[in-house]
Amino acid sequence: MTAYLIRRLFAALMLLFVVSAVTFAIFFLVPRLGGQSIDELAVQYVGKDANPESVAAVKKNLGLDQPLIVQYADFIKAIFVGAEYKFGPDASTCDAPCFGYSFKTHVEVWPEITQRIPITLSLAVGAAVLWVVSGVTIGVISALNRGTFVDRLAMTVALLGVSLPIFFTGLLGLALFTSQWPIWESVDYIPITEDPGEWFWNLIIPWCSLAFLYSALYARLTRAGMLETMGEDYIRTARAKGLRESKVVTKHGLRAALTPIVTIFGMDFGLLVGGAIITEQVFSLQGMGAYAVQAVKDSDLPIVMGVTLVAAFFIVFCNLIVDLLYAAIDPRVRYS
Amino acid sequence: MALLSVDELTVTFGARGRESKAVDGVSFDVDQGQVVGLVGESGCGKSVTSLALMGLLPDKGVKLGGRADFDGNNLLTMSRRELRDMRGSQMAMIFQDPLSSLNPVVPIGIQVTEILQRHRGLKGEAARKEAAHLLDRVGIPDPARRLKEYPHQLSGGMRQRALIAMAVACAPRLLIADEPTTALDVTIQAQILELLKELVDEEGTALLMITHDLGVVAGLCDQVNVLYAGKVVESADRHELFAHPMHPYAHGLLESIPRLDAPRGEPLKPIRGSINDRIAWAEGCAFAPRCDYYTMECLTGTPALTEPAAAGHQVRCVNPVREPVEIATLDAGDATVTAHGGKNA
Repeated sequence: MTAYLIRRLFAALMLLFVVSAVTFAIFFLVPRLGGQSIDELAVQYVGKDANPESVAAVKKNLGLDQPLIVQYADFIKAIFVGAEYKFGPDASTCDAPCFGYSFKTHVEVWPEITQRIPITLSLAVGAAVLWVVSGVTIGVISALNRGTFVDRLAMTVALLGVSLPIFFTGLLGLALFTSQWPIWESVDYIPITEDPGEWFWNLIIPWCSLAFLYSALYARLTRAGMLETMGEDYIRTARAKGLRESKVVTKHGLRAALTPIVTIFGMDFGLLVGGAIITEQVFSLQGMGAYAVQAVKDSDLPIVMGVTLVAAFFIVFCNLIVDLLYAAIDPRVRYS
Repeated sequence: MALLSVDELTVTFGARGRESKAVDGVSFDVDQGQVVGLVGESGCGKSVTSLALMGLLPDKGVKLGGRADFDGNNLLTMSRRELRDMRGSQMAMIFQDPLSSLNPVVPIGIQVTEILQRHRGLKGEAARKEAAHLLDRVGIPDPARRLKEYPHQLSGGMRQRALIAMAVACAPRLLIADEPTTALDVTIQAQILELLKELVDEEGTALLMITHDLGVVAGLCDQVNVLYAGKVVESADRHELFAHPMHPYAHGLLESIPRLDAPRGEPLKPIRGSINDRIAWAEGCAFAPRCDYYTMECLTGTPALTEPAAAGHQVRCVNPVREPVEIATLDAGDATVTAHGGKNA
């Protein structure tokens, strides 16, 4: 078990390295191959009113004149031990984990990211709770009432949920509940540390919109799984023991249908924590997704690198958790 | 009065107009401490009969007819709740494939304790102790460790033992075993049969044994009902059936058993055709298309169960076979059945 854990952790770490290398290559190597000179890159950092001296200084300070492999090594080193940058007369220290400074605002990237993670995390966690509970419940009810009106209604709503994009349902929700029936004045992010009640109240519409999209998928997934497991021989055994139907369904049917749901959940959740781009845009939440979109628009490479790596970290981390959970969910999966 | 008395049980599947009768007027009794066999090939309705008795058939698309009195109460008209209370406590069932009949993601211990909690109200440590005791009772070594394990960690024989432990957990008065040895290899089969026999002898449980294996019947059953196409075609006491099978189907089944002492090169004697070879009309004997003895009479009227030779030996055939089958000695456990061959009869 311990050996397995170490192996998986090591693999996850290697994966993150690969992701960082690929991201670095995409943003620093590919433009170079496409004909972008180092000067042009430096100009991006300096800004429009660049003069040759400042460009040269930036090139030297950011190490842009170094070979790419050295730059990559420096980038990784900075994440672990921090870095020092000299801008003209004054030097500044960027503590580990250092993802450098924004090209545009010259603000350190890492503190900006840590500021935004709670927003995205709030959005993702709340929505996840909502969609797992509702999706699985609807899926189970549908499966048990297969072919009836309830099943068809649920699956039609599920189809709507999967088909309707979040920028439609989200905006519709906003339009209905902030102007048509103004239950909410507006949707603002209030940190949970400041006012848990307000935090909760403000996130209800974003949560519901996001959960609607995902719960539809989970309802279908659960339904399919339940239809399969409820036809298994061990369900008959459970009934032959005289167990109540609710016990048969939850302890035997759902329990066995859980594996694919948990797998997909690990991926979905990890992906979402990396940035719920559209949802954050729709509700003007300044989370990771919004940050990433802005950075890409501005070709702000340090931010793009930072956000990508943090997002990758969450996905890898969630999948690691899922892998470890497998032992509990499906004992047939052995650590070997 | 018999513990279980099944009278003219019919099970019909399908919607109106496209109905098919899986069980067609089956009657038999099972007494306390008695082992009764339901024998027949796949599709003859033996499993459906057992599921109907347990109330495990789906509600939709299934019509039940006749009576099945368990201790004087008709199982077929009981409410779902009443049946649920009976299942596992008064009557229990052992299934065919022990691997698929156990939940792969739930530890054995929980699968045993849940029935103890349901019917005997045992919880926590008491339930665990009793579960370990039950596993020990059915011959699973190191029961405390096995309780924590999952079905895939047990061998096939142990899985079936675990299922038997669950079935006998609440000391049911009737045990239904639906081909409990089919998925096991031969040595394990013998052990499982031995265990069932022991349970019947010690606890006085009634056992309804559903099987297609005549070896199992010979070793275990007191009374045998041979089913064909949803009907009992022959019903007799074990010795009587093996000595004088009278229905051509039962006769054919016994004759088709390969003999070790047969001369080299002698062909096997199978029953020709399959159970799907039916006559296209409702009246008449379903076995007629495969029968070596059929006459025009077989195709016109449904033969009734009669007792043409001995009392208690019922046959549903207008041309019962009178000659005994020459079969090898069937030896299983301590019950030895020797059928009388033609030469020394």
